Amino acid sequence: MSNTSNKKFLSGDEAVAQGAWEAGCHIAAAYPGTPSTEILEAVVTYSDIYCEWSTNEKVAYEVALGASMAGARALYASKHVGLNVAADPFFSSAYIGSHGGLVVITADDPSMHSSQNEQDNRYYGIAAKVPVLCPSDSQECKDFTKLAFDISERFNIPVIVRLTTRTSHANGVVTCEDRRSVPIKGYEKKIQKNLILPAFARKLHASLEERMLALKEFSETTDINRIEEGEESVGIIADGVAYTYAREAYPDAWFLKLGMSHPLPEKLVRELASRVKKIFIVEENDPIIETAVKAMGVDCIGKEKVPRVLELNPDRLRKAFFDEETAPLDVGDVPARPPALCPGCTHRPVFAILARLKPIITGDIGCYTLGALPPLNAMDTCVDMGASITVAHGIRKALDLVQDEKQKNRKIVAVIGDSTFFHSGLTGLANVVYNSSPITVIIMDNRITAMTGHQQHPGTGKTLMGADAVEIDPAEVARALGVKYVKVVDPYDYAATKEVLTEAINLDEPAVVITKRACPLYDRSMWKKPYWINEDECNGCKICIQIGCPAISFKAEEKKAYITPVLCTGCSICAQICPKGAIHASEDN
Amino acid sequence: MLQKTTNIFVAGVGGQGILKFSNLLCEVAMRAGLDVKKSEIHGMAQRGGSVTTHVRFGKKVYSPLIPQGSADFMVSMEHLEAVRHIAFLNPEHGRLIYDPYEIAPPEVYTAQREYPADIEERLAKFAPNRVAVPAFENALKVKNPRAQNVIMLGTLSEFLSFDDALYEEVIRDGFKPKYVDSNIAAFHLGKEFASP
Repeated sequence: MSNTSNKKFLSGDEAVAQGAWEAGCHIAAAYPGTPSTEILEAVVTYSDIYCEWSTNEKVAYEVALGASMAGARALYASKHVGLNVAADPFFSSAYIGSHGGLVVITADDPSMHSSQNEQDNRYYGIAAKVPVLCPSDSQECKDFTKLAFDISERFNIPVIVRLTTRTSHANGVVTCEDRRSVPIKGYEKKIQKNLILPAFARKLHASLEERMLALKEFSETTDINRIEEGEESVGIIADGVAYTYAREAYPDAWFLKLGMSHPLPEKLVRELASRVKKIFIVEENDPIIETAVKAMGVDCIGKEKVPRVLELNPDRLRKAFFDEETAPLDVGDVPARPPALCPGCTHRPVFAILARLKPIITGDIGCYTLGALPPLNAMDTCVDMGASITVAHGIRKALDLVQDEKQKNRKIVAVIGDSTFFHSGLTGLANVVYNSSPITVIIMDNRITAMTGHQQHPGTGKTLMGADAVEIDPAEVARALGVKYVKVVDPYDYAATKEVLTEAINLDEPAVVITKRACPLYDRSMWKKPYWINEDECNGCKICIQIGCPAISFKAEEKKAYITPVLCTGCSICAQICPKGAIHASEDN
Repeated sequence: MLQKTTNIFVAGVGGQGILKFSNLLCEVAMRAGLDVKKSEIHGMAQRGGSVTTHVRFGKKVYSPLIPQGSADFMVSMEHLEAVRHIAFLNPEHGRLIYDPYEIAPPEVYTAQREYPADIEERLAKFAPNRVAVPAFENALKVKNPRAQNVIMLGTLSEFLSFDDALYEEVIRDGFKPKYVDSNIAAFHLGKEFASP
């Protein structure tokens, strides 16, 4: 990207990267997660910032904190649940404060477009005592990121910038500026600040409370918190993208636009209250501003009108403000179109086999969670990164105590991706070996972090910045952790994969099976010419339909299966399972 | 300069180039000096799911989301997806520009049900103002099977007020050199579908 002063059409994520670059940021660390992934993918395009995909968010946070201790300006970025993984160092870092500016980007996901919950990470600001900035569009994503570095250094504190899907993945026109040259201050030993022994931490806590009081004053005077005059005697207090919806739904209202929602500028709230007769609090998800305003004794309307569950939009706000409901349109029955495992997906044969072996299947976070959907139905649980292995262990230990033989004899398989294995699978696998449970762990190694759009990880041999790296081999890791049964199979070889999985599941010891083949969307070199079905040989048994490949459909009238050539990647799994041998490779393959 | 915000809702199936379409359109509006906002959901865009974007431009745009019943245009690259999101189209003056190309959703390709046969009747009811564009089948004519989206952009351009030269400039900047000519051809082909 160029560094000249001009206007660009940037997503919020890209704007954060631009803001970090303009602020003179030196180091950025993250683990991919929708909707935050594109922040580092944009940072890497600026040659003067060191950036990395760390193995998980806790690691990324500590990398950023270490860089800050060395006097560099450092950026951490993750999706909302990523900050849960990094919560331990995050809380301590509020005590420690910053040396170089430390900015924490959290991209929340109201409506759970690609997440397992819609937790409101503004609570982290309150819980850890850290200021929270909430940009409403791309321009503010850039401006607030820059400002966050300054606040961090001025007040000796990490600063949260809270994005949501509709800021991260919304684009707007951004006026870009040049990079500021900020020298790295360098490392100085300061154990009373950087080493949180209880004796030091007690003083740091007192200092943190003082820092927050100073930030409260700042919140009253900063121009990102401002009152915008209106025509009617109704006031709206709003932060983040919700402000833009409210502006659209109630153009004539007064506004207290909060760019910094924590600490809350109480004087500005009281000033607004003195100008209007009625106040609405418009914030997505939880009533955080509302609770603080009510605690001030200021009367306001919040979650009794503004929905708490799912993201807001102008329609929902019109209903909240004016009781105007947009009647839903009855368009008739429309079949759902959820995402599905792609044609040629290397996970599909593994789930097809598991669906036949019928163990308890504990899942994890990645594309392969889609194996839970029909027609494969091959997953029982999904909780968080790494939980496949640990939940499987817990289920095993519980069923070992059960009298019922049928329950006791259930086989348990944990399914985890390669990137997720390096993120949070290692400690769980060590626990399985240490506390010995005979579960099978399938590491679905498609050579990349696929779900978030193909990011490198410790098993791929490349870094975010494109450098060659040591390619850590999950099989060697499993052996080093003490697993004796470790086998690697090609999931495109259905029979071999089935044989190994059957053997592993029936063992009386921990087993690791690595199904290794690149994601076909990442490595298109393995695509072959489309397969085809000989209608004279097809008996309409639908076994190929049961693997849920988007390239195979069923013609009801002829009672024959059919392959859509433009979708088929030539993976051959359907041909391998067809009992009639009716599916064939293209002649010119 | 436009005083009123123009709202364009774009729908289709992951892999059809919906995000690219929206990016090109937004770039044109921005270079024309307008304020532009775009919102998209693309976490699962590559995996065959329903993909939508909201594109808005005008003098000053606040919300990145289009209110229901407020889209001046809906562009859908797939037949069923046009019906799914039709509530966003302005019922009085909104115009639907759609490719009647059909992609089977999971329940259909796993033989649990048929692809609905009455889509045209439903569209006739909710989108009397509509233009069918056989973009997918015509993409092969410009020797670029992925140009369905740019053909649709050409059709849409006939209803907007930006100069062709601006679209061409944005297409030149937005594709690798070897794909530029076929996409400019696709754009002009799309314009032909605007009038029945």
